Amino acid sequence: MAPAQTTREGLWERFERRTQHGDAIFWGITLFFALIVIGLVVAIGVVIFNDSALAREKFGWGFLLGTDWSPIDTDIAPASFGAWPAIRGTLFSAGIAVVLAAPIAVGIGIFLAELCPVQLRTPLSFMVELLAAIPSVIFGVWGVIVFVPFFTTYIATPISDTLGESIPWLAGPVATGRGIIVAGCVLAIMILPTIAAITRDVLSLVPNTQREVLLAMGATRWEVIWQAVIPYSRAGIIGGIMLGLGRALGETIAATMLIGNSTRIEDSLFAPGVTAASLIANELTNVNGPLHQSALVSIALVLFAITFALNLIARLLIWYVNRGAAQGGRS
Amino acid sequence: MSILSSAPANYGQRKIVDYIMRGLTIVATLIAIVPLVLIIGYVTVIGGGAMSIDFFTKTYEPPAMSDGGFSLPSNAVTLPTPDPAVPVDPNATPDPFAGIDLGGATGVTPVDGTQKGEALSAKAQGGVLHAIIGTLLITGAALLFSLPIGILAAVFLAEYPSNTIATVVRFCTDLLSGAPSIIVGVTAYILIVVPFREFSGVAGAIALTFLMVPTITRTTEEVLKLVPESTREAALAMGAPTWYSTFTVVIPAAISGIVTGVMLAFARGAGETAPLILTVLGSNVISFNLLQPIAALPLITYRYTESPFPGENTQAWGSAFILMMLVLVVNIAVRLATRNRLSGR
Repeated sequence: MAPAQTTREGLWERFERRTQHGDAIFWGITLFFALIVIGLVVAIGVVIFNDSALAREKFGWGFLLGTDWSPIDTDIAPASFGAWPAIRGTLFSAGIAVVLAAPIAVGIGIFLAELCPVQLRTPLSFMVELLAAIPSVIFGVWGVIVFVPFFTTYIATPISDTLGESIPWLAGPVATGRGIIVAGCVLAIMILPTIAAITRDVLSLVPNTQREVLLAMGATRWEVIWQAVIPYSRAGIIGGIMLGLGRALGETIAATMLIGNSTRIEDSLFAPGVTAASLIANELTNVNGPLHQSALVSIALVLFAITFALNLIARLLIWYVNRGAAQGGRS
Repeated sequence: MSILSSAPANYGQRKIVDYIMRGLTIVATLIAIVPLVLIIGYVTVIGGGAMSIDFFTKTYEPPAMSDGGFSLPSNAVTLPTPDPAVPVDPNATPDPFAGIDLGGATGVTPVDGTQKGEALSAKAQGGVLHAIIGTLLITGAALLFSLPIGILAAVFLAEYPSNTIATVVRFCTDLLSGAPSIIVGVTAYILIVVPFREFSGVAGAIALTFLMVPTITRTTEEVLKLVPESTREAALAMGAPTWYSTFTVVIPAAISGIVTGVMLAFARGAGETAPLILTVLGSNVISFNLLQPIAALPLITYRYTESPFPGENTQAWGSAFILMMLVLVVNIAVRLATRNRLSGR
């Protein structure tokens, strides 16, 4: 491995000297594997874009708002594909999850970054991260066996018996227990750690001068957090919530096991629904013909586009906060 | 004294708000801990109860085969054969089910239902050895695919950090780790399962590769960046080219961190279910052939959770327990290892 000494230098030797250390080759090889990572994303995009062509040509943009999803083709009722049940179920369940999880998760982030005693910080952070590491199928099993019966008996039935009389989207029946709202609750648990971890990280980037100024003015700890720390890191927290939303939108197994998998559109949030991911998981492996498959892949394309946009915006927001912190630290 | 007297009039009220809001953040943290404890507790109690030697050494056995639960009862229905001598009267509408004991035919006594209960309480003998083997094979193959991609891409990001390609690669890893796992499953399904007309372990491994690469790349890049620049410069000053210093100095210095990332990626991949539904399909026998459908632990958990047979439920919870233990052990081991390394410095 000892590099040879070059005494005379011709054109060929010069080329050899440039490449003999192997750094150019090394650069090329690592670049190749870095490009593979980009290639993976491109492969996903190209495959689902190509394979959804049939449905996109046939249905156009109306596909997104079509309310009827009945893949079985009979003489009486021809097959029809509309993505709205799946999109609606996805948006509702993920929306419920974010509404439930965001305040709690931001609270956790604030506690971990600002208020927690130092000895507790590491174990608590670890436990929150552990919640993120548990496979989603375990959330699904737990939801089916433990959470659904509990939720049906103590929350869903009382609410639908009282409020449900007057508010249609809280109406019963809640017989099976599976439904959009149950899926939303379990999804909320699943996205808690995502939002909490990012909130904690962006809060710890806030320069101490921000806190010290308000403390010197005689503010309480909460006033420091509310008036100095959170405004400074607001964009990052919103970015974290968007990443959580992205995870809730794309979560498959727990949603499939909990949402009830019905493509009928019903008013009540207690009624079973379907999400884009769970519809694909249920139907893609046994499709009725190419149009059915293409329609399912189109739904995957919509899902991919949404998560792509969410990730892009969220990363930009978090990057914006990081850059601000870097500049603030320097000045 | 002057400080106290200069306190604003609403100080008490502000203090109360302060206490309430700080209390609420503690409550929020507890709310996150409660489901964690509940989930780990339930899976440990129910799934841990399924653990036995058989569970790790046997494969799937259909429920209730041992006591012949599915054979027809001896008093099975024999439909009355029409007497050819008597002409069939089309206008007569006799009850076709008259005199047939339907309860006897199905093995269920409609009144008390005790027989049904007995049939359902039959335990499935057997274990999940086939699924453990399948999960290890699929995830191992995925690791084989994703290790070179992840680590060499991370080397690129760490050694040539600020150019357009590096930025795009970083965004792509973020996107892949945030992409719904079902999308990856759809991609692998269309790319591999549909053309070859066969569900296969390889298709599952390729799908998992999409999900494991970002984890490996990001953690490896982070650790490689932690290696001090002076270490690199020392190697360069000795006359080593960049690639030589990377492979003999930088990567060995960061190897424990890289192993950490790989273990986390393995744990993540082993627990993924959605891509496997579309690619691997599952199986009930031991198979080492990655070109055919193969069993996997998460698939057992997913399929058998709501099975009417308690024996299969036991398999579901037991598989969930094994998966959760894998995740817990890996995470705790990683935590302990990194803490030792940090405190050692």
